[in-house]
Amino acid sequence: MRALAKQAFESSKNLGLIMMLATAALAGTVPSASAQAPAAAPQRNPADVEVHLFPVQGNVYMLVGAGGNITVQIGDDGVLLVDAGLAGTSDKVYAAIRTLSTKPIHYIIDTHIHADHTGGNEALAKLGNTIAGGNVVGDIGASAGNQATVIAAQEVLDRMSATNGTQPAVPQASWPTETYTTPERKLYFNGEGVLMIHPQAAHTDGDTIVFFRRSDVISTGDIFVTTGYPLVDLARGGNIQGVINGLNEIIELSIPADEQEGGTMIIPGHGRLCDVADVVFYQEMVTIIRDRIQDMVNKGMTLEQVKAAKPTSDYDPRYGRDTGFWTTDMFVEAVYKSLSPKK
Amino acid sequence: MGKVNRVKIAGGLIALLFLAALTGRPARAQQDPSGEWSPRFDEDWEERIPGPEIGDYLGIPINEAARLRGDSWDATLVELPENQCRAHGSDYGWRGPSNLSIWKEVDKASQKVIAYHTHLSAYGAEQTIWMDGRPHPPDYAPHTWAGFSTGKWEGDILVVTTTHLKENWLRRNGLPRSDLATASAHIMRHGNYLTVAATTYDPVYLTEPFMRTSDFVYNPQQAMAPWPCESVDEVDRPAGVVPAHLPGQNTFLNEFPANYGIPPEATRGGAETMYPEYQIKMKTMKTLPRPVKKVSNR
Repeated sequence: MRALAKQAFESSKNLGLIMMLATAALAGTVPSASAQAPAAAPQRNPADVEVHLFPVQGNVYMLVGAGGNITVQIGDDGVLLVDAGLAGTSDKVYAAIRTLSTKPIHYIIDTHIHADHTGGNEALAKLGNTIAGGNVVGDIGASAGNQATVIAAQEVLDRMSATNGTQPAVPQASWPTETYTTPERKLYFNGEGVLMIHPQAAHTDGDTIVFFRRSDVISTGDIFVTTGYPLVDLARGGNIQGVINGLNEIIELSIPADEQEGGTMIIPGHGRLCDVADVVFYQEMVTIIRDRIQDMVNKGMTLEQVKAAKPTSDYDPRYGRDTGFWTTDMFVEAVYKSLSPKK
Repeated sequence: MGKVNRVKIAGGLIALLFLAALTGRPARAQQDPSGEWSPRFDEDWEERIPGPEIGDYLGIPINEAARLRGDSWDATLVELPENQCRAHGSDYGWRGPSNLSIWKEVDKASQKVIAYHTHLSAYGAEQTIWMDGRPHPPDYAPHTWAGFSTGKWEGDILVVTTTHLKENWLRRNGLPRSDLATASAHIMRHGNYLTVAATTYDPVYLTEPFMRTSDFVYNPQQAMAPWPCESVDEVDRPAGVVPAHLPGQNTFLNEFPANYGIPPEATRGGAETMYPEYQIKMKTMKTLPRPVKKVSNR
């Protein structure tokens, strides 16, 4: 019996490892909630990872192991991906997709800028194509159809293309090829509506939640993960209230089946496949912690006083980390700074 | 041996084989739990029917994190539409005021039991206990209220191992059980009585395994009632509000120790409070003054 408990502990550690691996290659594209540099994440060769496909429902599959979770939607029209995983994992990702469909990849939708979700943009897009013709091909030439279309919120392109000295932050081949600036963007592909929702300033300022309306599946990006506290990337426009708004949006979109279970299925940015009940537990946790820290901010407590009060201590055994890429201290600091009056 | 004797022995063997064919497989020690079962609440009635008091953590091996979750819990949380129809976790479900139905699924060709299925009247919660040796799903598979269960016989006891549980509660007063927990159930049938010993192992909120037993009586006349549940907005409140007490501000926590004359320190629970010798320690602790009961003039 104790072996089972130990197994659960081990499972918990594995989740942490997955999270760290997923963020290992972010190198410069992730956080800094605090002034201090995040601790170095353990390096592991992305080519050594194992990827696994898991059927969700309808046309949709979840691909795990390549960094952030990748959503694979298949059908007569071709293949649509939500996120592209880490650079260096694309061969394995592509091989796994080929076990589901021989059709070309036509779309990749980036849920946000971080490299564990966009690192595979270049390699996977080159393996696909865009259905293009008429004026598009006339203006751009045949190359207009040479790769899959990569869609993201405008802020993703802005940040990837922003120059750091003479070089863009991210090489051009990984940039989105289509962006949107509206609260929503719609697409019809493989016999279903695909709704892209852009929450303002959440995990970053360029997040996209993707809702497959017929399959009844939502891909959340890193607004929702099961592996730890939400990473609030203040340096890239993130904010804890935006994360909560995003979680509330996911709950609002979802319809559970009997006993508040199943129904709409949720693919988190990292971690296991979920339904809306899992999102509700997470939203309750984040909201309760927000409310506690807001109360402390209202009382004029300093960041150090807030950290000393341990406002997350009841959730730390499940979501907290003392070491690694995104620690509990960093999360508390990000929440505190999100809620503090701007000076 | 004479020819007549050989004929008699052969005849006897044929008769035995015929009887064996009539009576099915050789008898086993296993006690098939299939049937209709009605709960008995002689054990822990107050917890199982009216529900536990706020802040009563006695006898539960919780850690400090679970204590703060419990202290922060506001009962109005269950009013939220997204929580109204939530089923109990399968490790807790045996404890509810639920009629229980158990039936087996048999492979037609081999007549082997593939699975036992359970149905509890509360929330219509169902659990499948796979008996065919299949592995548990990978880490990235979904978690459910029932979890994923496999069973095996240890003598005449059906031992169930459950993983992939959704978060749920240890008690209905806000003490949590995490989604990293696993559970076991020992299902024991003694004729018309069924005892289920359910144990929860939670690396997040428990410092030791937490075991509870529940009893049922065979009731072939039982008719299971349906449990339709539809969420509604019971209270008009802004979207996204999560009712909770801020740390140190739950004024209800002292009601339980005061009303029952139990030292507040003891009500905080923990592994120590599970064991009989804790009663000796309790005698050295201070209690709160009992509240004066109001007398009605009517």
